Amino acid sequence: MSSSEYLRVSDLHAFYAESHILHGMDFTVRRGECVSLLGRNGAGRTTTLRALMGLTGRRTGSIMINGREVINMPPHRIAQLGVGYCPEERGIYSGLSCEENLMLPPRVSSGGVCIEEIYEMFPNLKERRHSQGTRLSGGEQQMLAMARILRTGARLLLLDEISEGLAPVIVQKLAEIITELKKRDYTILLVEQNFRFAAPLADRMCIVEHGEVVAEIAQHELAEKQPLLQEFLGV
Amino acid sequence: MSELFGIPLPALYGQLVLGLVNGSFYAMLSLGLAVIFGMLNIINFAHGALYMIGAMFAWMGLEYLGIGYWWMLVLAPVSIGIVGIIIERLLLQWLYKLDHLYGLLMTFGLALMLEGLFRDLYGVAGQPYPIPEGLTGMINLGFMMLPKYRAWVILASLVVCLITWYMIEKTRLGAYLRAATENPRLTQAFGINVPLMVMLTYGFGVGLAGLAGVLAAPATQVGPLMGSNLIIVVFAVVVIGGMGSILGTVVTGLSLGLIEGLAKVFWPEVSSTVVFIIMAIVLMIRPSGLFGRQQ
Repeated sequence: MSSSEYLRVSDLHAFYAESHILHGMDFTVRRGECVSLLGRNGAGRTTTLRALMGLTGRRTGSIMINGREVINMPPHRIAQLGVGYCPEERGIYSGLSCEENLMLPPRVSSGGVCIEEIYEMFPNLKERRHSQGTRLSGGEQQMLAMARILRTGARLLLLDEISEGLAPVIVQKLAEIITELKKRDYTILLVEQNFRFAAPLADRMCIVEHGEVVAEIAQHELAEKQPLLQEFLGV
Repeated sequence: MSELFGIPLPALYGQLVLGLVNGSFYAMLSLGLAVIFGMLNIINFAHGALYMIGAMFAWMGLEYLGIGYWWMLVLAPVSIGIVGIIIERLLLQWLYKLDHLYGLLMTFGLALMLEGLFRDLYGVAGQPYPIPEGLTGMINLGFMMLPKYRAWVILASLVVCLITWYMIEKTRLGAYLRAATENPRLTQAFGINVPLMVMLTYGFGVGLAGLAGVLAAPATQVGPLMGSNLIIVVFAVVVIGGMGSILGTVVTGLSLGLIEGLAKVFWPEVSSTVVFIIMAIVLMIRPSGLFGRQQ
């Protein structure tokens, strides 16, 4: 076990009411590493992120974040440990302006990206800061959902399908931002359908099927393990 | 004496002021109900009973402890808020995931028990509560005599409603509240202690009812049934205003009070049903209420 391990998930089972979705997920993410969870729709990738945040029903197993067991913690305590969550549906509030959305999550530690720098990174958000959150375009909403968790000083980012349904130029911009975040030593868990987006960013990829990790591929093994990817993802 | 459609003007003005006083209570009570429903998903039928207890506390404070109106204006709402927090922790927190009907039945039962308790202790007859010194008497406005206490009730409730509006719409705490109303789970995943906010929201909402109760004490008879008489109209006000907007709720409360006052002058027979007639019309035209967001 490496001391730089930031997230360790062991034998994680999660349920929605009676449905058993995760069947013993096992994986780790080291500090400063970007790991991508790949898999088909319904494989349990989004549920994994939700389980990490405490947003599913019953959970069993173990989730260690920076050395703390969080399996029995309520969501707000987990977030306060420094976890930023960007949900698949983006979760922009219609009752809040763009800026209120941005400022909503309380700071969890010092060293978050300051508001001036966020507006530099995402100039659109500054222009539209007084608009109702849900009046923003899809791309702007995605930027907002990302920017919102960078402000808080969270060091572990859980990003769910952030490239989904966006124009190529915006996807490109998001890739640049993640590259920049990696340079700043953020720890990132990326759930992606878009293999081409995730492949160059991820240091490792975990392939998820039926609620468990069935294979793990490091960045340098990508070429040789192409057949494996083909088999699991059809890419 | 000047008249309008055969009605002496001073009588008309008098009814309008009385309408505004009633409207002030509608506004404060429906504001609390709307905030509670948004956050807890509970139709708080105990609201009227807690309003009554606010007035009873004011009366008991004066009767047993000699604590005057101005102190009770602070103490009663705070105590009602604490009672509300206890109710939320003991009873309501188990109901959030269930159908609205369970919350409605629970709070309705609670209202009956609280009213029964006070009826048992004090009987159904109301107790008089004196108008505090400084607010007795009239102000001569030239065209009418305005009782000072009525002016105070209208002013105080307007200020309270405006402060509530400002807190919810313009502050960071209010942004938490709006976010938690819209998407509680995600808001909690951003590190905001939503269960705590839910508890405090209930405390605050019923605290407003308690405050309305103290304001009402000198204006009416303080008795165990004063809440149940009012709460049905207040629910109609909430339905007419819709849940979407704080200012909308306040404006609706005041306007319906005024309309009731006008009806008492021009068509007394409908004055007690006019709110429900308006409710029926609004429901036909805009089912989510005048200021409600269409789902």
